[in-house]
Amino acid sequence: MNPIKKLFDNIHPYVEEGGKFHAFRSLVDGFETFAFVPNTTSRVGSVNIHDAIDSKRIMSFVVIALLPALLFGMFNVGFQNALACGGDMTDYVGMFLYGLLAVLPKIIVSYVVGLGIEFVVAQWKNEEIQEGYLVSGIIIPMIVPVTCPLWMLAVAVAFSVILAKEIFGGTGMNIFNPALIARAFLFFSYPTAMTGDATVWVAQDTIFGLGYKAADAYTAATPLGEAAVAGFQGFTPETIQDAVIGLVPGCIGETSVIAIALGGLLLLYTGIASWKIMLSVFVGGAATGYLMQALGLTEIQWYEQLVLGGFAFGAVFMATDPVTSCRTECGKYVYGLLIGFIAVLVRVLNPGYPEGMMLAILLLNLFASLIDYCFVQSNINMRAKRVSKK
Amino acid sequence: MSKLFSNENKAAFTNPLSMDNPVTVQVLGICSALAVTSQLKPAIVMGLSVTVITAFSNVIISLLRKTIPNRIRIIVQLVVVAALVTIVSQLLKAYVYDVSVQLSVYVGLIITNCILMGRLEAFAMQNGPWPSFLDGIGNGLGYAAILVIVGFVRELLGFGTLLGYNVIPQFLYDAGYKNNGMMVMPAMSLIIVGCVIWAHRSINKEKK
Repeated sequence: MNPIKKLFDNIHPYVEEGGKFHAFRSLVDGFETFAFVPNTTSRVGSVNIHDAIDSKRIMSFVVIALLPALLFGMFNVGFQNALACGGDMTDYVGMFLYGLLAVLPKIIVSYVVGLGIEFVVAQWKNEEIQEGYLVSGIIIPMIVPVTCPLWMLAVAVAFSVILAKEIFGGTGMNIFNPALIARAFLFFSYPTAMTGDATVWVAQDTIFGLGYKAADAYTAATPLGEAAVAGFQGFTPETIQDAVIGLVPGCIGETSVIAIALGGLLLLYTGIASWKIMLSVFVGGAATGYLMQALGLTEIQWYEQLVLGGFAFGAVFMATDPVTSCRTECGKYVYGLLIGFIAVLVRVLNPGYPEGMMLAILLLNLFASLIDYCFVQSNINMRAKRVSKK
Repeated sequence: MSKLFSNENKAAFTNPLSMDNPVTVQVLGICSALAVTSQLKPAIVMGLSVTVITAFSNVIISLLRKTIPNRIRIIVQLVVVAALVTIVSQLLKAYVYDVSVQLSVYVGLIITNCILMGRLEAFAMQNGPWPSFLDGIGNGLGYAAILVIVGFVRELLGFGTLLGYNVIPQFLYDAGYKNNGMMVMPAMSLIIVGCVIWAHRSINKEKK
């Protein structure tokens, strides 16, 4: 028998009703259903259609899809640190280890706080643990700058899990993407720590003797940040190449288009993310970027809009969140196109915010159900007309 | 004396403080709760101003209630409230000028505060001056209490001060603590009011 399964079987008597450690029932349940597909199916009601994989397996796949971007983000953290401090640019292992040490505490804090709140709520309401935080917990550390203090991260995670998720009824009921709410909270609460004076994008200090310490505060703007400064003349091809590979300053997981594309392919292959949303976000962004460029409002080429900043990350991992996006098939196109449109619009027309992806997705989260409603109603009307004609 | 503080009169005063709170239960006067609560001092002044105006307009309307023609009662109520608002506004300008500047138009806008018209229509038009006075004081203080709670949280977390005095010790700032900029934005007061309503309802769930 599988030793892990055996372990869970041994623990079970203690956490059942009346057991010694009943308070930890939801915790054990949560981990067990995460490790093994539960052996129970719904017996109430007449029709039950079950997918082969349940939501916990879906979430595990998303986490796997996020791994390339996360691992590359760790490497980039070390790379930027070495670049800033004039360190050894060939010590790739050292760079990765440095990045690992810089990012790992954020992931741990995010999971401990977020899952902690979920477990407490589940135990309190006597419900099954909902593993929805599994994905948010890894996305949140990936969409903050590397210098974001841990306590800020903890506050933002608590805020988003309680106010963006649990009060709406938990996983699957939230209107807004919890990871983006956490980022929006940080963005508006602590603007200096999130975008501020351009020192936030590069780790400045050594960790356990690894990495390098910057002599003075080293400033490095993201490419989009540079573009927002007056007198910007357009990107060099080298910048764009770096942005595609991911060797530019930025939030931890968002920089590498290639790593994100790998994750995106897995999501598309497994059918977890909707290709309609992904495609239409890129089309919307490209078209708007082209329009803005043609109107002479920006020096950024239309294709550069798609590879810079959080556009690719947002399009692949955030906009396609099945809970907060549109459910109707036509609605998905509208939803995606509008996200791309608004993201580029904010970037170009709002001098205060060089990046607009977060705001665009949050705004469209709000409108997703309205878009769905319109398409469902129009379909109903169409069919009603067809019936009345006969 | 016993009649002055009969159970009914007491209820007129205490109900609006918690069980029938104008902000958390009736959800009235939210706009000004958002606008003036970024710091504690204007929140307190605003709460007191509304208390005074509600109490006295209640008394005056209650005294006039049998002579006011029904069809023009809203206009009469507005005249009374407007007069009181003007008096309070002038007093604020004379004695606490800096707060009056911070409150800016919101003192004048007390005239449109739904709590006032609500109490005049629902209570003062049917009751005598003394219960009306108590009802006005109760509703005003109920409103002020929420404003003070929201103002307290927002000023503490948003500026690190209370009534203008630094309360967050310096070593916390040295350790990396930062004031929360979102607390200063009106959006956050809506969220705090929401949390207050949430807490209030969970506490009073059994009573209702």
